[in-house]
Amino acid sequence: MANLVIVEHDNNEVGAATLHAVTAAQQIGGDIDLLVAGENCGPVAEAAAKIAGVSSVKVADDAKFGHHLAENLATLIVEVAPGYSHVLASATTFGKNVMPRASALLDKAQISEIVEVKSPDTFVRPIYAGNALATVQSSDDIKMITVRTIKFEAAADEGGSAGVEPISGGSDTGLSSWVSQAVSDNDQVDLTSAKIVVSGGRGMQSGDNFAMLHSVADKLGAAVGASRAAVDSGFVPNELQVGQTGKVIAPDLYIAVGISGAIQHLAGMKESKVIVAINNDSEAPIFQVADYGLVADLFEAVPELDTAL
Amino acid sequence: MKILVCVKRVLDPQVKARVKADESGVDLANVKMTMNPFCENALEEALRLREGGIAEEIIVASVGGGKTEETLRHGLAMGADRAIQVVTEDALEPLAIAKVLKQVAEQEGVALVLAGKQAIDDDSNQTAQMLSALLGWSQATYCSEIKIEGDQATVTREVDAGLETIQVKMPAVMSADLRLNEPRYVKLPDVMKAKRKPMDKIELDSLGLDTANRLSTLKVEEPEGRAAGVIVNSVSELVEKLRNEAKVI
Repeated sequence: MANLVIVEHDNNEVGAATLHAVTAAQQIGGDIDLLVAGENCGPVAEAAAKIAGVSSVKVADDAKFGHHLAENLATLIVEVAPGYSHVLASATTFGKNVMPRASALLDKAQISEIVEVKSPDTFVRPIYAGNALATVQSSDDIKMITVRTIKFEAAADEGGSAGVEPISGGSDTGLSSWVSQAVSDNDQVDLTSAKIVVSGGRGMQSGDNFAMLHSVADKLGAAVGASRAAVDSGFVPNELQVGQTGKVIAPDLYIAVGISGAIQHLAGMKESKVIVAINNDSEAPIFQVADYGLVADLFEAVPELDTAL
Repeated sequence: MKILVCVKRVLDPQVKARVKADESGVDLANVKMTMNPFCENALEEALRLREGGIAEEIIVASVGGGKTEETLRHGLAMGADRAIQVVTEDALEPLAIAKVLKQVAEQEGVALVLAGKQAIDDDSNQTAQMLSALLGWSQATYCSEIKIEGDQATVTREVDAGLETIQVKMPAVMSADLRLNEPRYVKLPDVMKAKRKPMDKIELDSLGLDTANRLSTLKVEEPEGRAAGVIVNSVSELVEKLRNEAKVI
Protein backbone atom coordinates (compact mmCIF):
# COMPACT_ATOMS: atom_id res chain seq x y z
CA MET A 1 0.00 0.00 0.00
CA ALA A 2 1.03 3.54 -0.62
CA ASN A 3 -0.66 6.75 0.43
CA LEU A 4 -0.58 10.13 -1.26
CA VAL A 5 -1.61 13.08 0.90
CA ILE A 6 -2.48 16.34 -0.87
CA VAL A 7 -0.90 19.16 1.13
CA GLU A 8 -3.01 22.20 1.90
CA HIS A 9 -0.90 25.36 2.09
CA ASP A 10 -0.62 29.06 1.27
CA ASN A 11 2.72 28.73 -0.60
CA ASN A 12 4.51 29.53 2.69
CA GLU A 13 3.32 27.14 5.36
CA VAL A 14 1.78 23.68 5.56
CA GLY A 15 -1.84 23.98 6.68
CA ALA A 16 -2.47 22.42 10.08
CA ALA A 17 -5.29 20.28 8.68
CA THR A 18 -2.84 18.33 6.51
CA LEU A 19 -1.10 16.95 9.62
CA HIS A 20 -4.34 15.23 10.61
CA ALA A 21 -4.70 13.70 7.15
CA VAL A 22 -1.15 12.32 7.48
CA THR A 23 -2.21 10.57 10.70
CA ALA A 24 -5.15 8.96 8.88
CA ALA A 25 -2.67 7.74 6.24
CA GLN A 26 -0.46 6.30 9.00
CA GLN A 27 -3.44 4.34 10.30
CA ILE A 28 -4.13 2.96 6.83
CA GLY A 29 -0.51 1.80 6.68
CA GLY A 30 2.17 1.70 4.00
CA ASP A 31 4.36 4.47 2.60
CA ILE A 32 3.21 8.06 2.78
CA ASP A 33 4.11 10.54 0.06
CA LEU A 34 3.01 14.15 0.02
CA LEU A 35 2.01 16.24 -2.97
CA VAL A 36 2.72 19.96 -2.76
CA ALA A 37 1.32 21.90 -5.70
CA GLY A 38 1.72 25.65 -5.68
CA GLU A 39 3.73 28.59 -6.91
CA ASN A 40 7.03 29.49 -5.26
CA CYS A 41 6.09 26.93 -2.65
CA GLY A 42 9.64 25.86 -1.72
CA PRO A 43 9.19 26.67 1.98
CA VAL A 44 6.12 24.40 2.06
CA ALA A 45 8.05 21.49 0.53
CA GLU A 46 10.86 21.93 3.07
CA ALA A 47 8.41 21.97 5.97
CA ALA A 48 6.47 19.02 4.54
CA ALA A 49 9.65 16.94 4.34
CA LYS A 50 10.04 17.27 8.13
CA ILE A 51 6.64 15.78 8.92
CA ALA A 52 7.15 12.52 10.80
CA GLY A 53 6.59 9.32 8.83
CA VAL A 54 6.70 10.81 5.35
CA SER A 55 8.71 8.96 2.66
CA SER A 56 8.87 11.54 -0.08
CA VAL A 57 7.52 14.95 -1.02
CA LYS A 58 6.56 15.60 -4.64
CA VAL A 59 6.61 19.28 -5.50
CA ALA A 60 4.89 20.78 -8.53
CA ASP A 61 5.97 24.42 -8.44
CA ASP A 62 4.14 26.19 -11.25
CA ALA A 63 2.09 29.37 -11.67
CA LYS A 64 -0.93 27.32 -12.75
CA PHE A 65 -1.16 25.89 -9.22
CA GLY A 66 -0.60 29.23 -7.47
CA HIS A 67 -4.13 29.65 -6.20
CA HIS A 68 -5.05 25.96 -5.94
CA LEU A 69 -7.85 26.25 -8.48
CA ALA A 70 -9.66 22.92 -8.58
CA GLU A 71 -9.63 22.51 -12.37
CA ASN A 72 -5.84 22.70 -12.68
CA LEU A 73 -4.95 20.93 -9.45
CA ALA A 74 -7.25 18.00 -10.27
CA THR A 75 -5.38 17.35 -13.52
CA LEU A 76 -2.15 16.96 -11.55
CA ILE A 77 -3.70 14.67 -8.93
CA VAL A 78 -5.08 12.50 -11.75
CA GLU A 79 -1.55 12.07 -13.15
CA VAL A 80 0.09 11.34 -9.80
CA ALA A 81 -2.62 9.15 -8.19
CA PRO A 82 -2.09 5.92 -10.19
CA GLY A 83 0.48 3.93 -8.29
CA TYR A 84 -1.09 4.83 -4.97
CA SER A 85 -3.71 2.78 -3.15
CA HIS A 86 -5.03 5.78 -1.20
CA VAL A 87 -5.19 9.50 -1.94
CA LEU A 88 -6.12 11.67 1.04
CA ALA A 89 -6.82 15.31 1.75
CA SER A 90 -8.25 17.12 4.74
CA ALA A 91 -12.00 17.75 4.68
CA THR A 92 -11.57 21.51 4.54
CA THR A 93 -12.96 23.75 1.81
CA PHE A 94 -9.66 23.08 0.00
CA GLY A 95 -9.95 19.28 0.08
CA LYS A 96 -13.71 19.23 -0.40
CA ASN A 97 -13.37 21.40 -3.50
CA VAL A 98 -10.66 19.51 -5.39
CA MET A 99 -10.93 15.87 -4.31
CA PRO A 100 -14.33 15.06 -5.85
CA ARG A 101 -13.18 16.61 -9.13
CA ALA A 102 -10.05 14.43 -9.17
CA SER A 103 -12.09 11.38 -8.11
CA ALA A 104 -14.55 11.77 -10.97
CA LEU A 105 -11.75 12.19 -13.52
CA LEU A 106 -10.25 8.95 -12.19
CA ASP A 107 -13.69 7.30 -12.16
CA LYS A 108 -13.37 6.53 -8.45
CA ALA A 109 -15.84 7.09 -5.65
CA GLN A 110 -14.88 9.49 -2.89
CA ILE A 111 -15.25 8.61 0.77
CA SER A 112 -16.02 11.92 2.44
CA GLU A 113 -14.96 13.04 5.92
CA ILE A 114 -13.81 9.76 7.41
CA VAL A 115 -13.66 9.69 11.21
CA GLU A 116 -12.11 6.24 11.63
CA VAL A 117 -9.97 3.79 9.67
CA LYS A 118 -11.26 0.23 10.23
CA SER A 119 -8.99 -1.40 7.67
CA PRO A 120 -7.30 -0.29 4.44
CA ASP A 121 -10.61 -0.56 2.59
CA THR A 122 -13.15 0.10 5.34
CA PHE A 123 -13.88 3.45 6.93
CA VAL A 124 -16.40 5.12 9.22
CA ARG A 125 -18.00 8.38 8.19
CA PRO A 126 -20.77 10.47 9.71
CA ILE A 127 -24.03 10.98 7.83
CA TYR A 128 -27.18 12.94 8.69
CA ALA A 129 -25.29 15.68 10.51
CA GLY A 130 -23.48 13.10 12.61
CA ASN A 131 -26.69 11.51 13.89
CA ALA A 132 -25.56 8.26 12.29
CA LEU A 133 -22.20 6.69 11.58
CA ALA A 134 -21.86 4.62 8.41
CA THR A 135 -19.19 1.96 8.04
CA VAL A 136 -18.39 1.72 4.33
CA GLN A 137 -16.15 -0.62 2.36
CA SER A 138 -14.62 0.55 -0.92
CA SER A 139 -14.12 -1.67 -3.95
CA ASP A 140 -12.09 0.94 -5.89
CA ASP A 141 -8.41 0.26 -6.55
CA ILE A 142 -7.60 3.84 -5.60
CA LYS A 143 -9.42 5.04 -2.51
CA MET A 144 -10.10 8.77 -2.64
CA ILE A 145 -10.61 10.07 0.90
CA THR A 146 -11.21 13.30 2.76
CA VAL A 147 -10.39 13.29 6.46
CA ARG A 148 -12.37 14.93 9.25
CA THR A 149 -9.48 16.49 11.12
CA ILE A 150 -10.91 16.48 14.65
CA LYS A 151 -10.98 12.67 14.75
CA PHE A 152 -7.27 12.21 13.97
CA GLU A 153 -4.42 13.69 16.03
CA ALA A 154 -1.98 15.95 14.19
CA ALA A 155 1.19 14.19 12.98
CA ALA A 156 4.42 15.64 14.38
CA ASP A 157 5.62 18.44 12.13
CA GLU A 158 9.27 17.65 12.82
CA GLY A 159 11.46 14.60 13.06
CA GLY A 160 11.02 13.47 9.47
CA SER A 161 13.62 13.69 6.72
CA ALA A 162 11.80 12.87 3.51
CA GLY A 163 13.35 13.46 0.11
CA VAL A 164 11.97 16.30 -1.97
CA GLU A 165 11.32 15.48 -5.61
CA PRO A 166 10.36 18.22 -8.07
CA ILE A 167 7.76 17.03 -10.58
CA SER A 168 6.07 18.57 -13.57
CA GLY A 169 2.66 17.77 -14.96
CA GLY A 170 -0.95 18.77 -14.79
CA SER A 171 -2.41 21.27 -17.20
CA ASP A 172 -3.51 24.85 -17.21
CA THR A 173 -7.14 24.39 -18.15
CA GLY A 174 -7.77 28.13 -18.39
CA LEU A 175 -11.26 27.51 -17.02
CA SER A 176 -11.07 29.79 -14.02
CA SER A 177 -8.84 32.44 -12.53
CA TRP A 178 -8.34 33.77 -9.05
CA VAL A 179 -9.38 37.37 -8.38
CA SER A 180 -9.08 38.11 -4.68
CA GLN A 181 -9.48 36.79 -1.18
CA ALA A 182 -10.96 38.60 1.79
CA VAL A 183 -9.44 36.97 4.85
CA SER A 184 -10.86 37.38 8.31
CA ASP A 185 -9.09 39.39 10.97
CA ASN A 186 -5.80 37.62 11.60
CA ASP A 187 -5.61 38.86 15.18
CA GLN A 188 -8.36 36.48 16.15
CA VAL A 189 -7.78 32.95 17.35
CA ASP A 190 -8.30 30.30 14.65
CA LEU A 191 -11.67 28.67 15.15
CA THR A 192 -10.68 25.21 13.95
CA SER A 193 -7.67 24.83 16.24
CA ALA A 194 -8.78 26.85 19.29
CA LYS A 195 -8.80 25.11 22.69
CA ILE A 196 -11.76 27.22 23.77
CA VAL A 197 -14.59 28.51 21.59
CA VAL A 198 -17.31 30.97 22.57
CA SER A 199 -20.22 30.81 20.12
CA GLY A 200 -23.30 32.94 19.70
CA GLY A 201 -26.66 32.17 18.15
CA ARG A 202 -29.82 33.93 17.15
CA GLY A 203 -30.31 34.91 20.80
CA MET A 204 -27.47 37.42 20.41
CA GLN A 205 -29.98 39.58 18.50
CA SER A 206 -27.35 41.57 16.57
CA GLY A 207 -23.82 41.53 15.25
CA ASP A 208 -22.89 44.34 17.63
CA ASN A 209 -23.79 42.19 20.61
CA PHE A 210 -21.05 39.72 19.59
CA ALA A 211 -18.64 42.27 21.15
CA MET A 212 -19.65 40.73 24.51
CA LEU A 213 -18.49 37.32 23.29
CA HIS A 214 -15.24 38.73 21.92
CA SER A 215 -14.49 40.23 25.30
CA VAL A 216 -15.00 36.88 27.06
CA ALA A 217 -13.04 35.12 24.31
CA ASP A 218 -10.09 37.50 24.70
CA LYS A 219 -9.85 36.70 28.40
CA LEU A 220 -9.92 32.95 27.73
CA GLY A 221 -7.66 33.00 24.66
CA ALA A 222 -10.67 31.65 22.83
CA ALA A 223 -12.01 31.86 19.29
CA VAL A 224 -15.48 33.16 18.52
CA GLY A 225 -17.93 31.00 16.58
CA ALA A 226 -21.58 31.20 15.61
CA SER A 227 -24.60 29.11 14.75
CA ARG A 228 -26.08 29.01 11.28
CA ALA A 229 -29.01 31.07 12.58
CA ALA A 230 -26.61 33.86 13.56
CA VAL A 231 -24.94 33.70 10.15
CA ASP A 232 -28.29 33.59 8.33
CA SER A 233 -29.42 36.63 10.30
CA GLY A 234 -26.34 38.49 9.08
CA PHE A 235 -24.84 38.98 12.58
CA VAL A 236 -21.45 37.51 11.63
CA PRO A 237 -19.66 36.20 8.52
CA ASN A 238 -20.03 32.60 7.39
CA GLU A 239 -16.46 31.61 8.28
CA LEU A 240 -17.53 31.67 11.94
CA GLN A 241 -20.25 29.10 11.31
CA VAL A 242 -20.03 25.93 13.37
CA GLY A 243 -22.23 23.07 12.19
CA GLN A 244 -23.06 20.45 9.61
CA THR A 245 -22.40 22.81 6.75
CA GLY A 246 -19.88 25.01 8.50
CA LYS A 247 -16.84 24.05 10.53
CA VAL A 248 -16.72 20.90 12.61
CA ILE A 249 -14.69 21.55 15.75
CA ALA A 250 -13.81 19.77 18.99
CA PRO A 251 -12.29 22.24 21.45
CA ASP A 252 -11.65 21.46 25.13
CA LEU A 253 -14.36 23.93 26.05
CA TYR A 254 -17.30 25.11 23.95
CA ILE A 255 -19.51 27.84 25.35
CA ALA A 256 -22.81 28.14 23.47
CA VAL A 257 -24.54 31.45 24.12
CA GLY A 258 -28.09 32.04 22.91
CA ILE A 259 -27.92 28.92 20.73
CA SER A 260 -30.97 26.67 20.76
CA GLY A 261 -29.07 23.60 19.59
CA ALA A 262 -30.50 22.70 16.19
CA ILE A 263 -29.43 19.29 14.83
CA GLN A 264 -27.18 20.90 12.27
CA HIS A 265 -25.38 23.01 14.90
CA LEU A 266 -24.81 20.06 17.24
CA ALA A 267 -23.14 18.26 14.33
CA GLY A 268 -20.36 20.82 14.42
CA MET A 269 -19.58 20.92 18.15
CA LYS A 270 -20.85 17.88 20.01
CA GLU A 271 -17.39 16.27 20.04
CA SER A 272 -16.15 19.12 22.27
CA LYS A 273 -14.74 17.85 25.58
CA VAL A 274 -16.78 20.18 27.78
CA ILE A 275 -19.89 22.01 26.60
CA VAL A 276 -21.47 24.97 28.38
CA ALA A 277 -24.87 26.29 27.36
CA ILE A 278 -26.24 29.67 28.36
CA ASN A 279 -29.84 30.14 27.22
CA ASN A 280 -33.02 31.61 28.70
CA ASP A 281 -35.14 28.73 27.35
CA SER A 282 -34.75 25.78 29.69
CA GLU A 283 -36.31 23.52 27.03
CA ALA A 284 -33.67 24.34 24.40
CA PRO A 285 -32.11 21.15 22.95
CA ILE A 286 -28.62 22.53 23.58
CA PHE A 287 -29.06 21.62 27.26
CA GLN A 288 -29.27 17.93 26.30
CA VAL A 289 -25.65 17.93 25.18
CA ALA A 290 -24.33 20.48 27.69
CA ASP A 291 -22.14 19.38 30.59
CA TYR A 292 -22.99 22.62 32.35
CA GLY A 293 -26.20 24.47 31.60
CA LEU A 294 -27.13 27.92 32.83
CA VAL A 295 -30.72 28.99 32.27
CA ALA A 296 -30.37 32.76 32.21
CA ASP A 297 -30.74 35.91 30.17
CA LEU A 298 -27.50 36.02 28.22
CA PHE A 299 -27.42 39.82 28.36
CA GLU A 300 -27.00 39.53 32.13
CA ALA A 301 -25.01 36.30 32.30
CA VAL A 302 -22.33 37.10 29.70
CA PRO A 303 -21.23 40.43 31.23
CA GLU A 304 -21.20 38.71 34.64
CA LEU A 305 -19.06 35.91 33.20
CA ASP A 306 -16.75 38.51 31.66
CA THR A 307 -16.27 40.13 35.06
CA ALA A 308 -15.78 36.81 36.84
CA LEU A 309 -12.92 35.69 34.57
CA MET B 1 -29.29 30.63 -21.58
CA LYS B 2 -30.75 27.45 -20.17
CA ILE B 3 -30.01 26.49 -16.59
CA LEU B 4 -30.16 22.99 -15.13
CA VAL B 5 -30.80 22.89 -11.39
CA CYS B 6 -30.08 19.56 -9.70
CA VAL B 7 -32.12 18.84 -6.61
CA LYS B 8 -32.31 16.05 -4.07
CA ARG B 9 -35.12 14.74 -1.90
CA VAL B 10 -33.92 14.38 1.69
CA LEU B 11 -35.14 13.91 5.24
CA ASP B 12 -36.52 17.21 6.51
CA PRO B 13 -33.68 19.06 8.30
CA GLN B 14 -35.86 19.58 11.38
CA VAL B 15 -36.39 15.84 11.80
CA LYS B 16 -33.80 13.86 13.75
CA ALA B 17 -32.51 10.85 11.82
CA ARG B 18 -33.26 7.50 13.50
CA VAL B 19 -31.05 4.53 12.84
CA LYS B 20 -32.87 1.28 12.03
CA ALA B 21 -32.65 -1.44 14.65
CA ASP B 22 -30.94 -3.82 12.22
CA GLU B 23 -28.24 -1.16 11.55
CA SER B 24 -28.90 -1.29 7.81
CA GLY B 25 -29.51 2.44 7.48
CA VAL B 26 -31.61 5.39 8.58
CA ASP B 27 -35.36 4.86 8.89
CA LEU B 28 -37.10 6.93 6.21
CA ALA B 29 -40.52 5.29 6.47
CA ASN B 30 -43.30 7.73 7.34
CA VAL B 31 -41.02 10.70 7.98
CA LYS B 32 -41.28 14.15 6.46
CA MET B 33 -39.15 14.56 3.34
CA THR B 34 -38.27 17.81 1.66
CA MET B 35 -36.06 19.40 -0.98
CA ASN B 36 -32.47 19.62 0.30
CA PRO B 37 -32.12 23.19 1.63
CA PHE B 38 -29.02 23.99 -0.44
CA CYS B 39 -30.82 22.80 -3.59
CA GLU B 40 -33.48 25.41 -2.81
CA ASN B 41 -30.74 28.05 -2.73
CA ALA B 42 -29.52 26.81 -6.12
CA LEU B 43 -33.01 26.94 -7.62
CA GLU B 44 -33.70 30.37 -6.13
CA GLU B 45 -30.53 31.69 -7.78
CA ALA B 46 -31.61 30.28 -11.14
CA LEU B 47 -35.00 31.97 -10.78
CA ARG B 48 -33.30 35.30 -10.04
CA LEU B 49 -31.07 34.88 -13.09
CA ARG B 50 -34.18 34.35 -15.19
CA GLU B 51 -35.88 37.35 -13.59
CA GLY B 52 -32.73 39.38 -14.34
CA GLY B 53 -32.96 38.46 -18.01
CA ILE B 54 -29.83 36.30 -17.96
CA ALA B 55 -31.59 32.94 -18.29
CA GLU B 56 -34.60 31.99 -20.38
CA GLU B 57 -35.41 28.51 -19.19
CA ILE B 58 -34.90 26.62 -15.96
CA ILE B 59 -34.99 22.84 -15.86
CA VAL B 60 -35.07 21.14 -12.49
CA ALA B 61 -33.80 17.55 -12.40
CA SER B 62 -33.48 14.79 -9.85
CA VAL B 63 -32.52 11.14 -9.77
CA GLY B 64 -34.67 8.86 -7.64
CA GLY B 65 -37.72 6.73 -7.09
CA GLY B 66 -41.47 7.32 -6.96
CA LYS B 67 -41.76 10.22 -4.56
CA THR B 68 -38.95 12.20 -6.15
CA GLU B 69 -41.72 13.64 -8.30
CA GLU B 70 -43.05 15.52 -5.22
CA THR B 71 -39.73 17.26 -4.80
CA LEU B 72 -39.61 18.17 -8.47
CA ARG B 73 -43.19 19.52 -8.24
CA HIS B 74 -41.99 21.72 -5.40
CA GLY B 75 -39.26 22.99 -7.72
CA LEU B 76 -41.86 23.71 -10.39
CA ALA B 77 -43.99 25.51 -7.82
CA MET B 78 -41.00 27.66 -6.88
CA GLY B 79 -40.83 28.63 -10.55
CA ALA B 80 -38.82 26.19 -12.65
CA ASP B 81 -40.21 25.80 -16.18
CA ARG B 82 -40.06 22.03 -16.44
CA ALA B 83 -38.74 18.97 -14.66
CA ILE B 84 -36.83 15.81 -15.48
CA GLN B 85 -36.89 12.78 -13.24
CA VAL B 86 -34.35 10.06 -13.90
CA VAL B 87 -36.16 7.13 -12.39
CA THR B 88 -34.44 4.51 -10.26
CA GLU B 89 -35.21 2.89 -6.93
CA ASP B 90 -31.50 2.36 -6.27
CA ALA B 91 -29.60 4.74 -4.02
CA LEU B 92 -26.87 5.95 -6.35
CA GLU B 93 -23.54 7.35 -5.18
CA PRO B 94 -22.51 10.89 -6.14
CA LEU B 95 -20.24 9.66 -8.96
CA ALA B 96 -23.14 7.82 -10.59
CA ILE B 97 -25.47 10.79 -10.08
CA ALA B 98 -22.88 13.01 -11.76
CA LYS B 99 -22.73 10.66 -14.76
CA VAL B 100 -26.51 10.79 -15.11
CA LEU B 101 -26.67 14.57 -14.76
CA LYS B 102 -23.89 14.98 -17.33
CA GLN B 103 -26.10 13.28 -19.90
CA VAL B 104 -29.06 15.45 -18.95
CA ALA B 105 -26.97 18.64 -19.13
CA GLU B 106 -25.59 17.72 -22.55
CA GLN B 107 -28.92 16.62 -23.98
CA GLU B 108 -30.59 19.82 -22.84
CA GLY B 109 -27.74 22.04 -24.00
CA VAL B 110 -27.60 24.04 -20.79
CA ALA B 111 -24.87 26.64 -20.18
CA LEU B 112 -25.02 26.57 -16.39
CA VAL B 113 -25.68 23.90 -13.82
CA LEU B 114 -26.60 24.98 -10.32
CA ALA B 115 -26.63 22.54 -7.39
CA GLY B 116 -26.61 22.65 -3.62
CA LYS B 117 -23.15 22.44 -2.08
CA GLN B 118 -24.07 19.42 0.01
CA ALA B 119 -27.02 17.14 0.63
CA ILE B 120 -27.88 17.06 4.30
CA ASP B 121 -28.55 13.31 4.34
CA ASP B 122 -25.27 11.68 3.27
CA ASP B 123 -23.21 14.90 3.69
CA SER B 124 -20.96 13.90 0.79
CA ASN B 125 -20.37 17.33 -0.78
CA GLN B 126 -19.28 15.78 -4.10
CA THR B 127 -21.87 15.84 -6.88
CA ALA B 128 -21.35 19.35 -8.27
CA GLN B 129 -17.57 18.96 -8.38
CA MET B 130 -17.84 15.54 -10.03
CA LEU B 131 -20.35 16.78 -12.59
CA SER B 132 -18.10 19.73 -13.41
CA ALA B 133 -15.18 17.34 -13.91
CA LEU B 134 -17.10 14.98 -16.19
CA LEU B 135 -18.42 17.85 -18.30
CA GLY B 136 -14.94 19.44 -18.41
CA TRP B 137 -16.50 22.72 -17.33
CA SER B 138 -15.47 25.42 -14.86
CA GLN B 139 -16.18 24.75 -11.20
CA ALA B 140 -17.35 27.23 -8.58
CA THR B 141 -18.29 25.67 -5.25
CA TYR B 142 -19.80 27.21 -2.08
CA CYS B 143 -21.03 30.32 -3.91
CA SER B 144 -22.34 33.26 -1.93
CA GLU B 145 -22.53 35.63 -4.90
CA ILE B 146 -22.81 34.96 -8.65
CA LYS B 147 -22.54 37.59 -11.37
CA ILE B 148 -22.76 36.41 -14.97
CA GLU B 149 -21.62 38.68 -17.78
CA GLY B 150 -21.50 37.14 -21.24
CA ASP B 151 -19.24 34.10 -21.26
CA GLN B 152 -17.67 34.92 -17.88
CA ALA B 153 -18.96 34.74 -14.34
CA THR B 154 -17.52 36.34 -11.23
CA VAL B 155 -18.22 34.24 -8.20
CA THR B 156 -17.62 34.79 -4.51
CA ARG B 157 -16.97 31.56 -2.64
CA GLU B 158 -17.30 30.80 1.08
CA VAL B 159 -13.99 29.22 2.07
CA ASP B 160 -12.61 28.33 5.51
CA ALA B 161 -10.52 31.49 5.72
CA GLY B 162 -13.18 33.92 4.51
CA LEU B 163 -14.34 34.84 1.04
CA GLU B 164 -12.58 34.02 -2.22
CA THR B 165 -13.52 35.63 -5.52
CA ILE B 166 -12.81 33.80 -8.76
CA GLN B 167 -13.69 34.34 -12.37
CA VAL B 168 -14.92 31.34 -14.34
CA LYS B 169 -15.56 30.74 -18.01
CA MET B 170 -19.03 29.64 -18.99
CA PRO B 171 -20.35 26.97 -19.23
CA ALA B 172 -19.91 26.21 -15.56
CA VAL B 173 -21.14 24.13 -12.65
CA MET B 174 -21.76 26.09 -9.46
CA SER B 175 -22.79 24.96 -6.00
CA ALA B 176 -24.82 27.13 -3.65
CA ASP B 177 -23.93 28.07 -0.10
CA LEU B 178 -26.50 29.31 2.38
CA ARG B 179 -25.81 33.01 2.02
CA LEU B 180 -26.34 33.00 -1.74
CA ASN B 181 -29.97 33.99 -1.29
CA GLU B 182 -33.15 33.44 0.70
CA PRO B 183 -35.37 30.93 -1.14
CA ARG B 184 -38.89 32.18 -1.81
CA TYR B 185 -41.98 30.69 -0.24
CA VAL B 186 -44.31 28.80 -2.50
CA LYS B 187 -47.88 30.09 -2.68
CA LEU B 188 -50.92 27.91 -3.26
CA PRO B 189 -51.62 29.20 -6.81
CA ASP B 190 -48.00 28.28 -7.67
CA VAL B 191 -48.60 24.75 -6.41
CA MET B 192 -51.68 24.47 -8.64
CA LYS B 193 -49.81 25.88 -11.62
CA ALA B 194 -46.94 23.44 -11.05
CA LYS B 195 -49.27 20.50 -11.60
CA ARG B 196 -49.63 21.49 -15.24
CA LYS B 197 -45.93 22.04 -15.95
CA PRO B 198 -44.09 19.38 -17.99
CA MET B 199 -42.45 16.52 -16.13
CA ASP B 200 -40.29 14.15 -18.20
CA LYS B 201 -39.42 10.75 -16.83
CA ILE B 202 -36.37 8.87 -18.03
CA GLU B 203 -35.63 5.33 -16.91
CA LEU B 204 -32.09 5.11 -15.55
CA ASP B 205 -31.48 1.84 -17.40
CA SER B 206 -32.22 3.52 -20.74
CA LEU B 207 -29.14 5.76 -20.36
CA GLY B 208 -26.68 2.86 -20.61
CA LEU B 209 -24.36 4.21 -17.90
CA ASP B 210 -22.15 2.41 -15.39
CA THR B 211 -23.84 3.53 -12.20
CA ALA B 212 -22.77 0.62 -10.01
CA ASN B 213 -21.96 1.55 -6.43
CA ARG B 214 -18.29 1.44 -5.44
CA LEU B 215 -18.96 1.51 -1.73
CA SER B 216 -20.92 -0.98 0.29
CA THR B 217 -22.42 0.10 3.57
CA LEU B 218 -21.60 -2.56 6.15
CA LYS B 219 -23.57 -0.95 8.93
CA VAL B 220 -25.09 2.28 10.15
CA GLU B 221 -25.04 2.98 13.89
CA GLU B 222 -25.95 5.71 16.28
CA PRO B 223 -23.00 7.63 17.67
CA GLU B 224 -22.32 7.41 21.38
CA GLY B 225 -24.44 9.88 23.27
CA ARG B 226 -23.05 12.37 25.77
CA ALA B 227 -23.53 11.77 29.47
CA ALA B 228 -26.17 13.98 31.05
CA GLY B 229 -24.88 17.26 32.37
CA VAL B 230 -25.89 19.46 35.25
CA ILE B 231 -27.75 22.75 35.48
CA VAL B 232 -25.85 25.37 37.43
CA ASN B 233 -27.63 28.17 39.24
CA SER B 234 -25.32 31.07 38.74
CA VAL B 235 -22.41 32.42 36.73
CA SER B 236 -20.13 32.09 39.77
CA GLU B 237 -21.04 28.42 40.16
CA LEU B 238 -20.36 27.90 36.44
CA VAL B 239 -16.92 29.52 36.67
CA GLU B 240 -16.11 27.53 39.81
CA LYS B 241 -17.00 24.25 38.07
CA LEU B 242 -15.07 25.09 34.91
CA ARG B 243 -12.01 25.93 37.03
CA ASN B 244 -12.08 23.18 39.63
CA GLU B 245 -14.20 20.32 38.27
CA ALA B 246 -13.70 20.37 34.49
CA LYS B 247 -10.36 22.20 34.79
CA VAL B 248 -10.71 23.75 31.35
CA ILE B 249 -10.11 27.41 32.25
